[in-house]
Order: sequence, then C-alpha cells, then structure tokens
Amino acid sequence: MPAVYAVSGGVSKFAKARPDKTFPALVKEAYDYAIADLGLTHRQFLEIVDGSVASYFSDHFTRQLMAGIMAQDYLGLCPKPGHRVEGGGATGGICFQEAWKAIASGYMDVCLAYGFETMSHVATWKGNEFIALASDISFDYPVGGFYSGYYAMMVTRHMKEFGTTPEQMAHVSVKNHLNAYHNPYAQKRQKLTIADVRNSPMVAWPLTRLDICVMSDGAAATILCNEEGLAKLEKASGKRINRVLVKGIGRGTDAMRLSDRPHQSYEDFLKYNLLPNEDTAETRAYYKKLWKHGFRYPGVHSFRAGRMASREAYKNAGISDPLHQIHFVELHDAYTSSEIQTYEDMGLCRYGEGGPFAASGKAFVPGLDYGLDLPEKPVCPVNPSGGLIACGHPVGATGLMQAVFAIWQLQGTIAKHFKDPALQVPKAKRGAIHSHAGTGTYVTVSILEKED
Amino acid sequence: MAKTDMEETFGGYILHNVPFPTELDEAALKGLKKMAPILIEQPYSMTYLHSYAQDSPWFAALSNGHLLVNRDPETGYTYATPRGADMYTGNETDWVEIPAEGTVHAFTVCHFGSEEFLPECPYVLIQVEFPGVDTLFLARLVGVDPNAASLDWIGMKVKGRFRRLSKFKPTDLYFYPAE
Repeated sequence: MPAVYAVSGGVSKFAKARPDKTFPALVKEAYDYAIADLGLTHRQFLEIVDGSVASYFSDHFTRQLMAGIMAQDYLGLCPKPGHRVEGGGATGGICFQEAWKAIASGYMDVCLAYGFETMSHVATWKGNEFIALASDISFDYPVGGFYSGYYAMMVTRHMKEFGTTPEQMAHVSVKNHLNAYHNPYAQKRQKLTIADVRNSPMVAWPLTRLDICVMSDGAAATILCNEEGLAKLEKASGKRINRVLVKGIGRGTDAMRLSDRPHQSYEDFLKYNLLPNEDTAETRAYYKKLWKHGFRYPGVHSFRAGRMASREAYKNAGISDPLHQIHFVELHDAYTSSEIQTYEDMGLCRYGEGGPFAASGKAFVPGLDYGLDLPEKPVCPVNPSGGLIACGHPVGATGLMQAVFAIWQLQGTIAKHFKDPALQVPKAKRGAIHSHAGTGTYVTVSILEKED
Repeated sequence: MAKTDMEETFGGYILHNVPFPTELDEAALKGLKKMAPILIEQPYSMTYLHSYAQDSPWFAALSNGHLLVNRDPETGYTYATPRGADMYTGNETDWVEIPAEGTVHAFTVCHFGSEEFLPECPYVLIQVEFPGVDTLFLARLVGVDPNAASLDWIGMKVKGRFRRLSKFKPTDLYFYPAE
C-alpha cells in the first residue's frame, strides 16, 4: 500500500457560540490556517488539491441539508470531487479515514478533510434532545432521551464490576482541563481540583457537569497526500514539508442499543477481542478470574467497537505494546468515564484497570503541575490537548481536531501553534487518534507516525 | 456559591429595524465588517407519522398488559428489546411472553435531560435483566429516592407495572422495587 501522509491542519477557535461566522466561514478559518502552514496560497493549493471529504453530524443543528456542498462551495473547491460522511460522534474520525482511503486507493494525490458543527443555534436542552435522536427513537429516546444518562448507566456497571470510583473519573477532568489551560484553541481552560469536579452540579449520577464535554461551534481541516502529492505541495511551497505518516487505520461498530450488546463468554472474548499484548498466561488468568466473578463482554461497561478499531489499527500499524509504543493518544473523552473505558479498549491497561490507570499519572503530560498526588510518572499522555472535555465537541470537527493536534505533536510544532511549549510531548514519534460515536456504536482509531 | 449568571432563554421583542449607517460612504462600508451579527429566532416544528412496523405487536402487548420478547427459533437466543431478525443466525425471530420481573443491571439518575424530559427530572433509568433472556431492557424505575443513588441498586429485584392508559411508548411498562 502506498504511504499516506497527513501534512497540515488547522482548527478554528472552539466556543459555545460563534455567531460571527457562518459554518462555511468557520471551515474556511481552519482551512486558511492549514494551507498557510504549508506556505501556500489558496490559488496554489487549488491547483494541487484533488478533492475533499466533508464531515458534520447533524442536519438538525444546521437546519440546512447539503451543508457539505455549501462549505465546498465557500472554500472554492467546486467542481472538484467531494462528499459528506456521517457517523455520530465519530464523524470526524471517519472523515479522516475516508480521506486516507482516497489517497491509499490512488484515487487522489492530495485530499482535504474538513468538518464542522454549529450547535449554538438551539438552546442547550434542545441540543441534548437533537443529540438523543441519535439513539433508537422507538425504544431508547422515549425512555431516557439523554446521552449523559446512557453513559452514566454504562459507568455504574463499570463501577460495580471493577470498583471504579467517581474520584478516579475526576482525575481525568482535572487532567484534561489543566492540559487545555495551555491550549489556546480550547473552550474551557481551567485549573480544577477533584473536589471541584465532584461538587459541580450532578447531571446523571455519578457524572457531574465537569465530567461531561460541552457543546460547541467550531471547525477543523487536515490535508492528506501520497508521495506524488507531497512532491507537488513541496514544489509549490518551495520548502520541505514535515512528514507525518498515517501508518494504519482501524474501525469497529456495535449494536445501536446498549441493551442489545452481547454478554460473551471468555472463549469468545479470547477468540475475537483479545489484543496481542494481552495474550499472555498471566493476562489470560486475569480475565478468566473476571469471568468467574460474572464479567461478560462487552456488556454495557465496555466499548467493543473501540476494542475492534484498536485491534485493527494496531495490526495495520505493527503495534504490539500500545502503552509503550504509542507516545500519546488523543481520544474521545465525551465523558470522563468514557476516557477510562477507552484506556481499556485501546489496551493501555486491561479491562477493569481503567480506574486505577486514570489516577496513576501514566496518562498525564510530563512537567505540568496538576495539583494531584500521582504515584507514577507519565508514560503515554492521553488527551494532551485537553480532549473534548476541555476543548469542546463540535461533533463533525472533533475527530479532525484530534488529527490536527496529533500532526502538530509529531511535527514537534506545538509551541508554534499553541504559543506555549507546555503540551509538546517529548520525543513523540507515534500517536493515536480515537473517535467515537454515541455509546460506542462507531469507533475509529488511526495511528500517526513521525517519519525519520 | 450563589449563581452569578441568569439562564439564557429564547423569546423577546419583535424587532423591525436595526441600527445601520445612515450614509454608506467608503468608511461606513469598511466599518460593516466590524458589525455584530444579527441573531434571529426561527421556530421549527413538525409532526412525524412513525410506524412501529414489525415491532408493533410488542407495543400492542404492552397496552394489553403483556410483555413480549423476541427469540431465535433455532438457538433460543432471546432479546429483551424487540428485534425482528437475530444477529447471529439471521433468522426471523418469534414472539414469546415473559413475566415483567427482573433485576437491575445498571442505572442512573438523570437530574437533567433533553428538553422534552426536563419536566420529569430527576428520573431513574435502569437496564433490566430478565431471567432466561440474553439482552437487557431500558426502562424507568420508580419508588426509589433519586437523591439517594447507590451502587447497591444494581442487583435489586424489580417488578413491572403497565400503564392503564397506554401512550404506545416503551414507558407503558415501568418498574418498581419488588421488595
């Protein structure tokens, strides 16, 4: 397969509301940054780019069908090929991977992936209703009608199975908000304590307002290419482009309704869901013991789609020890609880160990003072950007925002883009981005590498 | 700490004109780029005609005080929430009646919710396990103190009650503690 590079990106300022710009203009804000960072003008880039993939989640929020073509048009990309993708919260991650496919298949040499969401056009609780329409409208929406409630149910089961605590979840909130303190693109840049998180208003027990991401207006764009595309971009800009290789992608799905998720046997888990790094006598014994205590997989406590996406991406990228071979992860922390569940899905720790892992310090950025007593040193910073919890979650832009921050980490240019070097992960050679749709229905994992 | 901000709500006066330069000279035209955006309310409502289609017997059963589940005729794999086709065999599933009695598998208390459900907050959501059924069922739980949420609720035995006046929604069946 030909090498696919992610060479540049841009992110608009994420905010609760961006009434100053229409959604196509927000996309242009991100796009202009991405081409300027390559040292290209719009006219130059237009000569080179072959087409695009557009990403946004909700036609309800835009109340404008065909919004993708409006962005394509505003950017000046017509009449080049393009299409819109949608897969709930994973829309941005899917968009990135569809652009990857356009390059990997040889269809395009240079592809622009852009995404946006404008969620401020309805009141917050109506916005929650729109989002809840992504759950089964016959059997889930009329009963619960609230994603925070669905995730809270998942975590009460996680707590019951494994002893995970709300204080462990609060560590994720403190970490991500403090990381965002150094990220000018983030919506919420706050220094918090565990007590602040626990004392903030209860939304869906045990999740408080500070355990949950907020709605945002925002856009993001990335540029992918193959060797030929890279040569064309470098010729036009007259400079060498800092290469980031998209080494492998993976994707998984699961049943729409939590209630329909299987409760598999130990044997089936080993056969279908075990990661290679878990295939040791010790870990098999550990899982055997969990099953003896009534653990069933994935049940409602684990995201099988996240596990399958990781498994496939690791296989394609040649990763056998994710915690040590991946140097940072930007993952979909719509909830502090889902960050903990995702540690397990991605094999940063085993199922059941996510809570202690969250409070261990292993997922924190080195050199930052979180005001926490962390027993271990950072190993693999998770959400060094601040994640969704602190950056915001303009759905169609989110997965692409993660890609942009990962590109900058691997290019070693965080200080330039954030005007602050604090979040640059030292010696970052390989990163993972993880995008996730409601209750774990669609999950994408992509592995990015700095090219030597 | 006391709240220092008021909730933002929609609704206001109807406006028929906004300030604008009286003369559009060059400076005024340039100045337009610094104008604050106009925000207008645009109401939007509709009624959908939704079909429960192959799941309709389930809703009809609830309204008549029966709980049905779907079972694969070959393997016996049983779904608490209706689905017309089995995930594993691809077979069309059969209808089977079960008692509306089970245990709490997972729960939450929603102190906020979507706009439609805000007036019902706080409400309790549970995933119910039924004996001999392979999947779970999402329902409301009543008869517990929503301000005393506890992991001990998991494993609690619950019984179902059918609404006398059906709304033809899954909430026509709700649960309460059996003990």
